[in-house]
Amino acid sequence: MPSILSQPGTTPPAASPKAPLLSVRNLCLEFHKDGKVLSAVENVSFDIAAGETLCLVGESGSGKSVTALSIAQLLPAPPARYPSGEILLNGRDVLRMSKTELRQIRGGVVSYVFQEPSASLNPVFPVGRQILESLHLHRPDAAKDGEVIRLLKLVGIPAPDSRLKDYPHQMSGGMQQRVMIAMALASQPKLLIADEPTTALDVTIQAQIIELLRELKQRLGMSILLITHNLGIVSDIADRVAVMYAGQMVESGPANELLTRPLHPYTRALMNSVPQLGSNADRLTAIGGNVPQLGAFPSGCRFHPRCPKAQPECSRQEPEWKEVELGRWGGASPGGPGGAPPPGGGAGGGERAGVDHHYPPR
Amino acid sequence: MTPDSLLQVRDLKVHFPVQHGLLSRVKAHVKAVDGISFSLAPGETLGLVGESGCGKTTLGRAVVRLIEPTSGSVLFNGEDITKLDGADLRSRRRGFQMIFQDPFGSLNPRMTVEQIIGEALDIHSLATGDGERSKRITGLLDSVGLSANHAQRYPHEFSGGQRQRIGIARALAVEPKLIVCDEPVSALDVSVQAQIINLLQDLQRERGIAYLFVAHDLAVVEHISHRVMVMYLGQVAELADAKAIVREPKHPYTQALISAVPVVDPEAKRQRIMLPGDVPSPIDPPSGCPFHTRCPIAEPRCHSEKPALREIAAGHFVACHLAR
Ligand SMILES: Nc1ncnc2c1ncn2[C@@H]1O[C@H](COP(=O)(O)OP(=O)(O)OP(=O)(O)O)[C@@H](O)[C@H]1O
Ligand SMILES: Nc1ncnc2c1ncn2[C@@H]1O[C@H](COP(=O)(O)OP(=O)(O)OP(=O)(O)O)[C@@H](O)[C@H]1O
Ligand code: SF4
Ligand SMILES: [Mg+2]
Ligand SMILES: [Mg+2]
Repeated sequence: MPSILSQPGTTPPAASPKAPLLSVRNLCLEFHKDGKVLSAVENVSFDIAAGETLCLVGESGSGKSVTALSIAQLLPAPPARYPSGEILLNGRDVLRMSKTELRQIRGGVVSYVFQEPSASLNPVFPVGRQILESLHLHRPDAAKDGEVIRLLKLVGIPAPDSRLKDYPHQMSGGMQQRVMIAMALASQPKLLIADEPTTALDVTIQAQIIELLRELKQRLGMSILLITHNLGIVSDIADRVAVMYAGQMVESGPANELLTRPLHPYTRALMNSVPQLGSNADRLTAIGGNVPQLGAFPSGCRFHPRCPKAQPECSRQEPEWKEVELGRWGGASPGGPGGAPPPGGGAGGGERAGVDHHYPPR
Repeated sequence: MTPDSLLQVRDLKVHFPVQHGLLSRVKAHVKAVDGISFSLAPGETLGLVGESGCGKTTLGRAVVRLIEPTSGSVLFNGEDITKLDGADLRSRRRGFQMIFQDPFGSLNPRMTVEQIIGEALDIHSLATGDGERSKRITGLLDSVGLSANHAQRYPHEFSGGQRQRIGIARALAVEPKLIVCDEPVSALDVSVQAQIINLLQDLQRERGIAYLFVAHDLAVVEHISHRVMVMYLGQVAELADAKAIVREPKHPYTQALISAVPVVDPEAKRQRIMLPGDVPSPIDPPSGCPFHTRCPIAEPRCHSEKPALREIAAGHFVACHLAR
C-alpha cells in the first residue's frame, strides 16, 4: 500500500462535467500572530463549475468563511499567509495575482454577500448611491439610475424607483439583504459568494432570499458558493455540497446523493443531530464534546475524539482525501481495508472503494 | 384551562411607551404582548414561535416577572404573581427561573462557576453549611454534564455549550417548577444544540419541570414541545399540539411559517407559501385581524373584525375567521 502520508493530497478532484470556473487545490492558510503559527485551513480542494451552486457546510470555526474570503484574497495579510495551494479562477492563480488584478476581481468577477448588512452597506449613504458607486467601479457605461432600478427590481424590491434615496436603516433586514445582493450583482459577477446570507433572518424572509438566489442563478447563469449551516437550505439550492471540519474538507459530492447517503461519519453525525420538521425522533443523536479550537486540532483524523465509529488507528493516521466513489470525495481512513484505492481510479465496482469499516453504508 | 395547571396566564398585556416622532409629546405604545392567555401543566413544554419582534421574549420575561405587565394576570400554582412584591415575590421566585440565549451575558464574568451557582442557593438559603453547599454544587454540575473540577473556573474559560450548561445548573439550583427558556440553543452549533436539547428533556423527565420554550427554529420547537403557540404581533395566532401545528396548521400564518422551513428530505418538499411584505409595526398594528396585510386568503371582514381565538378541534385554538 503506498504511503499516502508522504504525498498529501496529490490527487486532484475529478473534473466537473463543465470546466470549473473556480478550482481550489490543496489550499493551506495560516494565521501568524505573536510569533505563533495557527493553521486554519489545510489541503482544501474543491471545484465550482460555471452555473453551479456549491454549498459549504460545517460547524462554527471549521474554516468556511476564511476559505471563502481567500478566493478574492480578502483576509488581511498579515496575519493570513498561504504557504501552499492554488486558487484557480478561470485558470489563473489568485495567489499569484498583482494588487491591480485583485482589485478588478473583487466585486467584479467575484462578489460577496455577507450575513450582516453592515459589512457591505454604508449607513450614511442612500442605497441607490451605493449601488451606483459599485457600477461606476465595475461597469462605468451602465452607471445610471435606470440600471440601479433594474437591479433593485431584479432582487424583488417593490417600487424600486421610490427607494433609491432610502438609507439602509429605513429598510427591514430582508430588504437590506436584497440590496446587498443587488450591489453584488452590479458587476455581473461570474461567482457570487454568499456567507450565511439568511442566518439573521426569519424563516419566511429566508425562504424569499433563497428563492431569489435560485432564480438569479437560473436567469443569470452565475455560479454560487453558499455558506450555510442549514442542511434544509442546502437541499433546496445546492448542486454540490462540501463539508468542512476543523480546517479540512471531510466530504464533498452531489447534493442529493450526499444528503440521502452521507459517507463520512461527521456528515452523518451532523445530519442526525439536527431535528427535522415532521419527524418522530424521540431523542436527538448529539455529537459529544465540542469543535476543536484553532491550534488544538487532534492528531490523525481530526474528528476522531468525537466520532462514534473511531478505531484506534484514527488517532494516528490522517485520512487521505480522495475520490471515494465517482464524483464523491471524502477523507477516507487509511487504516481500513478499503483504504487503498482500487487500480484504475476512484470509482470502485461492486465494492465501495475507500468506504471501509468507518464508512458503513446503511 | 385545566384546574391542575401550574401556570395560567390570562389576558396578559405588555405595552411599552415610546416617543412617537421626534417632536411629538404624545407617547405611542409598542403593543409587544397584547392580550395573551394560555396555561401550562406541570412537566409540560409549551413552544413559542413567531417572527422577530412578535413579543416572545417580552412574554417570557413578563411570565417570570422580569418586566411588569401592563395588565392581566399570571397565576403560578393558583397565586397571581403580578400582585406580589417584596419578600413574597422573592420567595416565590424559587418556583420559576429563566435561561437566556446568550449565557455569557447572563453570567458574571468575575465569579467562578461555584460562586455563580452558590449565589442562587444562598438567596433562597438552600444549603446549610459549606459541606452541604459544595455537595449541592457538585451534584448540580454533574446533572448538567459538567464535573466538579469545573467549579473553580470562570465563564470565559468555557465554550458556548458549556456556558449554557452553567446557566441551566444555576436555574436548577433553586429546584424550580417552571423554566422559561429564551432561545437557549439558538447561538449554539447544531451538535452542541442537540446535547442541550437532550439535557433539557432528561431534566424534565427526572424532575417534572415545565418549560416555556422560545425558539425561532420550528423543527427544534416541534421536537421539544408538547404544545406550540404561534404568535403574531403580540397576539396568539394558533395554539395546538406540536404535531398538529406542524401537520395540520390551521392559521394561514402558521401554514406559511411551516411551509417556509427548508427540509432536507427531497420527498417532503412542499409548496411554499410566500408571504408578501414585512411584519407591520407593533406601534400601529393593523385593524381587524393583525395578519390581514399579508394574508393570502384575507376577506373584507378581516380588515375590520378581529377574529377571536376559537377552539376548532379538541385543544386546537385558532384566531382566524376562515379556519375550520
Ligand atoms: N484574522 C484572523 N486571525 C486569526 N484567526 C482567525 C482570523 N479569521 C478567522 N480566524 C480563525 O479561523 C478559524 C476559522 O474561522 P471561520 O470564520 O472561517 O469559521 P467558519 O467556519 O466560518 O465559522 P462560523 O460558522 O462560526 O462562521 C476560526 O478559529 C477563527 O477564529
Ligand atoms: N423595553 C422596550 N421598550 C420598547 N419597546 C420594546 C422593549 N422591549 C421590546 N420592545 C419591542 O417589543 C416588541 C417585541 O419584542 P420582543 O423582544 O419581545 O420580540 P421577540 O419575539 O422576542 O423577537 P426576537 O425573535 O427578535 O427575539 C418589538 O417590537 C420590540 O422592539
Ligand atoms: S477515520 Fe475514523 S475517526 Fe476519522 S472520520 Fe474516519 S472514521 Fe471517523
Ligand atoms: Mg463563518
Ligand atoms: Mg426574543
